[in-house]
Amino acid sequence: MKNHLTRPLLLAAAVASSFGLYSLTSRPTVAPDADNAGLKLPAGFGALVVAETGARARHIAVTPQGTIYVKLNRAKDGKGILELKPTAGGKATVAGGFGSYGGTGIYAKGGYLYASSDEDVYRYKLDAKGEVTNPAQPEKIVSGLLNRGEHESKSIVLDNAGNLYVNVGAYSNSCQEKDREKGSMGRPGCPILDSAGGIWQFRADKLGQTYGTGTRFATGLRNVVGLDWNAQNNQLFVMQHGRDQLHDIFPAMYDTKQSAELPAECLYALTKGANAGWPYLYYDPVKKQKILAPEYGGDGKKLADAKYLDPAAAYPAHTAPDGLLFYTGTMFPAKYRNGAFIAFHGSWNRAPEPQKGYYVVFQPFQNGKPSGPWEVFADNFAGSAEKVASGRADHKPCGLAQGPDGSLYVSDDKAGTIYRIVYNQK
Amino acid sequence: MKKLPVILSLLLLSSGAAFAQKKPAAKAPAKKPTAGVSPALLAAGKAVYTQNCLSCHQADGGGVDGMNPPLTKTDYVLGDKPRLIGVLLNGLKGLEINGEEYRSVMPAQTHLTEQQMADVLTYVRNSFGNKASAVTVGEVKAARAAKK
Ligand code: HEC
Repeated sequence: MKNHLTRPLLLAAAVASSFGLYSLTSRPTVAPDADNAGLKLPAGFGALVVAETGARARHIAVTPQGTIYVKLNRAKDGKGILELKPTAGGKATVAGGFGSYGGTGIYAKGGYLYASSDEDVYRYKLDAKGEVTNPAQPEKIVSGLLNRGEHESKSIVLDNAGNLYVNVGAYSNSCQEKDREKGSMGRPGCPILDSAGGIWQFRADKLGQTYGTGTRFATGLRNVVGLDWNAQNNQLFVMQHGRDQLHDIFPAMYDTKQSAELPAECLYALTKGANAGWPYLYYDPVKKQKILAPEYGGDGKKLADAKYLDPAAAYPAHTAPDGLLFYTGTMFPAKYRNGAFIAFHGSWNRAPEPQKGYYVVFQPFQNGKPSGPWEVFADNFAGSAEKVASGRADHKPCGLAQGPDGSLYVSDDKAGTIYRIVYNQK
Repeated sequence: MKKLPVILSLLLLSSGAAFAQKKPAAKAPAKKPTAGVSPALLAAGKAVYTQNCLSCHQADGGGVDGMNPPLTKTDYVLGDKPRLIGVLLNGLKGLEINGEEYRSVMPAQTHLTEQQMADVLTYVRNSFGNKASAVTVGEVKAARAAKK
C-alpha cells in the first residue's frame, strides 16, 4: 500500500523538477543517439533513430503537434500509412496505421494530411492534436493518374494558395520506340508527355478531380520524386531523376565511364508552362550544357534547342534524388535557413563504375535561388564506403520533413528507419 | 520473285543442317558429370552479361531493390528453360518475381545472337550461387521457333 502511494508522489516530484528545467531552457534538448544513428554529420549536429518501422518508408510528414505520418511503398499488414506518436527523448513509436494502398506521397498542411497511391490523391482531416480523424474515410481529391509500372510514384506538395502539385512520371527511360532496348530511337513528338512526364496542378480542397479538371503545370520532366514549395519566392522546385543507360543503348557513343557520369540529376525552378526538355535532351554537368538526346539525333555533342528550361543546379548522375525540403526552421544555424535539403536514394545505373549517393545534401539558397556549391550534409546511410560502391546500402534515404522544433526527419525505404537530425550547439 | 522463298528456305535448311552437325561438338566439353559447364563457356557468357545485363542486374546478380530483380535463385533463372529464353526474346514487364514487384522493364535482347543468348543464360544459371544445366544454342533456336 505504502509503495503505491509513494510512487506517484515520487513521479510527480520528478515531473515537476523536469518541468522546472524545461522552463529554464528555451527548447527541450533532444538527445542524439551515442553513435548519431550511424550517420556522419557536420559539427554540432546529432542524430537519433526515431523508430524502426521495418517497412519501405517513402515520404514522411510531421504535424505541428509532432505526430509523424509515414507513407509506405507497399501496404504492410493492410496499412499503407503509419502513424507514429512521439515518446520521451525525441523518439516515437508506431501507434497504428491506415490506408490500404501503397504509394509515395504524403504531406501535411492547413489541417489536412494528404497522401497518394500510385494513381490517386487522398486527404484526411487532422484534429487539434494533429491526428487523423477519418482514417477509414478519406476524401479522394484526384483519381486516375497514369501508372504503367515505371516511374509510378506520385509525389505531392501544396503551395500557399490552395493548389496541389502532383508528379506524374514518364513510364519510359527516354521515350524510345522500345523502352530501354539497344539502339531504339525516340518516338517522334513523344506522346507520353500528354499524360505523364510532368507536374500536374489541382485544387487541394476539391473532390473528384481527374486529368480533365487539372492543369499540366510543367512538362518535359522524366520523373520527379522530391519536390517542395519555396515560400520565399513562391515557387515550385523539383528534383528530376535523369535518364539512364546511355552506354547500354548507344555503346558506340558513350563508354561506361561517360554513362556513369551523364547526365546530371537536376534541380529545376518551375513556373507555369515550363518545359525541361525530356526526352529530347539531357544535362551535361561538365560542359554545363543541354545536350541533344541520342534517341533524337544527338551524338553526345550536339546541343539541344535552347528554348528548354535550364536547371537551377546539378548533382552527380544517377544518384536518385527522392526528397526535397526547404528548411524554414530556426534550430539549425542561420546558413541553413531557406536552403534546400535533398535526400539522394543512391545510384544503381553507374555500374560497372562504383555506385554513389545514399546521403542527404544541403544546397545553400539566397533570395530563392541556389547560391554556392552544395555539400553532403548527412552521410553513411549505406553503412560503409564498400556498401556505397557496391550499391548494397543498409539504408536508403528517401523522404524529408521538418519537425515543429526545426529537427530534420529522414525516412529510409530500405530498412524502414526513421531518423531525426538535431542541432544542439548553442 | 517466286524463287526467293525457295532460296530462303534452302538457306534455313542448310543452316539447320550445319547446326545439327555442330551440336555434338558443342556438347563435348559438357561431359563432365558434376561441373557441367566449361570455364571458357562461362567466360563467354560473362562477357555478354557485362555488356548487356550488368547495369540493371548488377555485378553480383543481386538486382536493384524494387527496380530490377535479382538473378539469384529465382524461379525464372532456375526453372523452365523455354520460359527463361523467352525473357531475352520478348522482354518482360509488370510481373512479380518471387513475390516482389519491379518497377522497370526488361528490354528484349534481340540484338544478341542465339549463341550469345545461350552463353549468357548458361553463365547466369551457373553464377551468383546458382547451379543449373547449360542452355544450348539448340534450345534457344527451339524457343525462338516456338515463338513464331
Ligand atoms: C534495363 C534494365 C535491364 C537490362 C539491361 C536487363 N534486364 Fe533482365 N530484367 C529487368 C527487369 C526490370 C526485370 C523484371 C521485369 C518484370 O518484373 O516484369 C528483368 C527480368 C529478368 C529475368 C527474369 C526474372 C528474374 O529475376 O529471374 C531474367 C532471367 C533476366 N531479367 C535476365 C537478364 C539478362 C540475362 C540480361 C542481359 C542479357 C538482362 N536481364 C538485361 C531489367 C533488365
